[in-house]
Amino acid sequence: MSRRARTGENPKDLLFENATALFAFGVLALTLLLFGLLVRESLPSIRRFGASFFVSQTWDPVAGEFGALPFVYGTLVSSFIAVLIAVPLGVGSAIFINEFAPEWLKTPVSFLAELLAAIPSVIYGLWGIFVLVPVMRDYFMKPAASVLGWIPLFRGPVYGPSVLAAGVLLSIMVVPFILSVSREVLATIPQVQKEAVLSLGGTRWEMIRIVVGQHCIPGIFGATVIGLGRALGETMAVTMVIGNRPEAVLSVFSPGYSMAAVIANEFAEATDDLYLAALVEIGLVLFLLTFVVNIAAKLVLRTMVTRASRGL
Amino acid sequence: MRTSYGFRLALLGIALLIAGVASAQAANSLTITGAGATFPYPLYSKWFYEYSNSHPGLNFNYQSIGSGGGIRQITAGTVDFGASDAPMTDEEMAKLPGPILHIPTAIGAVTVVYNLGGVGSGLKLAHDVLVDIYLGKIAKWNDPRIASLNPGLKLPATEIVVATRSDGSGTTDIFTNYLSTVSLDWRAKVGRGKSIRWPVGLGGKGNEGVAGLVKHTPGAIGYVELAYAKQNKMAMAALKNREGTFVLPSIETTSAAAAGAAKTMPADFRVSLVNAPGKDSYGICGMTWLLVYKNQKDPAKGKALVSFLKWAIRDGQKIGPTLDYAPLPKPVVDMVDKTLKQITSGGKNLY
Amino acid sequence: MSVESIAFRRKAADRVSKAAFAAAAALVVLPLFLIFFDLLWKGAKELHVSLLTDLPRPVGEPGGGIANGILGTLTVAGLAMAGGIPMAVMTGIYLAEYGKGAFASAVRFAVDTLTGVPSIIMGIFGYVLWVLPMKRFSAWAGASALAMIFIPVVVRTTEEMLRTVPMTVREAALALGIARWKTTLFITVRTALPGVVTGILLAMARIVGETAPLLFTALGNQFWQSGLDQPIAAVPLQVFAYAISPYEDWHDKAWAGAVVLILMVLVLSVCGRLLARARK
Repeated sequence: MSRRARTGENPKDLLFENATALFAFGVLALTLLLFGLLVRESLPSIRRFGASFFVSQTWDPVAGEFGALPFVYGTLVSSFIAVLIAVPLGVGSAIFINEFAPEWLKTPVSFLAELLAAIPSVIYGLWGIFVLVPVMRDYFMKPAASVLGWIPLFRGPVYGPSVLAAGVLLSIMVVPFILSVSREVLATIPQVQKEAVLSLGGTRWEMIRIVVGQHCIPGIFGATVIGLGRALGETMAVTMVIGNRPEAVLSVFSPGYSMAAVIANEFAEATDDLYLAALVEIGLVLFLLTFVVNIAAKLVLRTMVTRASRGL
Repeated sequence: MRTSYGFRLALLGIALLIAGVASAQAANSLTITGAGATFPYPLYSKWFYEYSNSHPGLNFNYQSIGSGGGIRQITAGTVDFGASDAPMTDEEMAKLPGPILHIPTAIGAVTVVYNLGGVGSGLKLAHDVLVDIYLGKIAKWNDPRIASLNPGLKLPATEIVVATRSDGSGTTDIFTNYLSTVSLDWRAKVGRGKSIRWPVGLGGKGNEGVAGLVKHTPGAIGYVELAYAKQNKMAMAALKNREGTFVLPSIETTSAAAAGAAKTMPADFRVSLVNAPGKDSYGICGMTWLLVYKNQKDPAKGKALVSFLKWAIRDGQKIGPTLDYAPLPKPVVDMVDKTLKQITSGGKNLY
Repeated sequence: MSVESIAFRRKAADRVSKAAFAAAAALVVLPLFLIFFDLLWKGAKELHVSLLTDLPRPVGEPGGGIANGILGTLTVAGLAMAGGIPMAVMTGIYLAEYGKGAFASAVRFAVDTLTGVPSIIMGIFGYVLWVLPMKRFSAWAGASALAMIFIPVVVRTTEEMLRTVPMTVREAALALGIARWKTTLFITVRTALPGVVTGILLAMARIVGETAPLLFTALGNQFWQSGLDQPIAAVPLQVFAYAISPYEDWHDKAWAGAVVLILMVLVLSVCGRLLARARK
């Protein structure tokens, strides 16, 4: 059928459709532009360091030697810790709100959780330096280091600002997103299935375990990925509590650095072209990282969903 | 339905209206933007506030983003003037579109601050001890080398938490300049610069960040400008100077260091004041400069800048000591005055 | 294993899990109370009207406020939205109403990617695209960085909301002889409007709180803005600058400014949610 016949005689329809398509193309173009700019600005660094950029721990502006390993490491570890804490808490709270909470409690609790999402990053950072880090250092990290210090993961010295502190702060910031997505996912469970388990004499817990386990794994995985994405890109809060030390050390009590934090700290001042290119290259790596996480998540989700639907 | 559309449009409309009104409101005032060093920020914020108040229609907007940032942005031309505690290197100056002037505005001291429970100001440190703390070789406060310098003090066995700057900084440049001058070991291993590779330590953002780090971390040691240390009532170390005296940083000991240097001041003012001679001199001092192009693109802004600078090197110097900045020695002020006469715009002199 | 002991185990598991879930919810909500009360407690000293009406004062001077920051935040966010809303809504319409095929998939993928990009990268984008060529920091640069955060979020929510409009609504309008473009714009979008506006308000709440993208685009300003092509103040920037300073009175201002910021963000979020609920 010809275009004209499909959209009717009205040429305005075509105009409108093309107008929206133009804007859509604009969005696509902006994305490509962003990617292109990042590549262009980081070329000097890419040419100079090549693949060694990713394995080198040296970040030396004086000597002009740049390696991104500490930042990649710090970003991944702090985000991993964040997700490790936030997913059980987020999913658990979602289950509580949806399944256990009395009606009057549902709205306030979910509202409060949403408020957490509204608090800007810089405020989390403030609270982090003044409250979270000192408390964690004195009541958790120092005692833990003295008892468990023989394990490389928990070795001292403990200063306070650390990869762990950043991870914990990130988990607080990421939990509201996991919570709201989990709630939506839980809401999609057919009431019939829940009732089936209960009518057979199952306890609440068993109902949750069976039904949620079966239905919601893909959704919960999706929530995890969203949380991970947010954690990877957080800047202000992280730079205030991570210690800003470009070193990849095994101990989570050690200060570290993240990709977003180093850009925020050093971008405005890199007077040297190579220095600037190295920072933009870190930005490019961050961009690609979130890109890869997105794709991987989509692929995994697709296989999960097909497997789940087959299993049913 | 109508309310929703209307609501949305109204929101947008209000936002744009406010933007327009505000722009119109301030449109008849000239804004001169500068960015750079965090060290002189308290002084500059006072200066610009006073000057802008007494010269309505002129707004000097200064943002403290670090000396490196100041140099970068003035090179790119995105600000009207820069500010730095580190003089521009020859490589950096080669990238400039035109000749630039370093106008000294004040002299500061970089103090070594620490957070040690019972110990107040006056902990005695020698340069080799300081270097080794920052190299990570001395790890505890009760190390014999520190104890031997401070026989009367009871030093705890706490870990030394070293605080450094995470951003590019002129303060760092002055500090590492000192360390490089007094220690060949440091010069070889680490060197001098606005951004360096620290052997140990946690990074704080700006003088502000380091002061905050030291204040909140027991056992911490860091370096901040005198003004920040005093405003914040932090404990400062007494450093052994070139002549062997342990000197606490203050306006007097800073001025003593500057006075000696005034005699050999180069015409472009790019001089280092570290490890200055004189028995009262404090070891880690430095000048801070405003970076101004010799040839100003915008005549109105250029004129405003020159007028401000004329005020700053004379009347402005009275404000400095109230905020713990040492004033420029008189001979230097006269030299600066002569240099200001060189600033032109489109061939016309702006003095 | 006796029947009683199995039953006991199952009941115990049930009770323990219930407690665990409740504990999770409590842990999630706890930081909010801690942060909020901490902010209010510490910022109370500086929380007076002058905070909202005065310009910043130098260190050591009493008084002073963040009035220019509030205006600046609204300006930059307003600019970002002025460009962002048409672009995002139209793209959302395209994806929901006409979007099939490779091009649409590419656009969707691009939008997904953009939503994941950290805001600091948008700051680099704004710096390279606007600040360097224009040779100045400006509200435009800040707005462009914020728009890049705003647009993908609104595209997603718009598309989702439009999809929830049943086909029957569209078909009924077309059957009545209304042109397709009019159907889309005046019927479908109108039906989904509360959801779309909610999405816009939530995205606005998000960009109002952003600091990183403004660091090297808007730069900051001690005074009222003198033009959209000049550096401009914003509340998150001021809060950050005050917070990392060593001066007690500036810390108090940081906390107070933080309260103002949260309130701005909250008002927007709550409006959004209320609007969505009112129409359901």
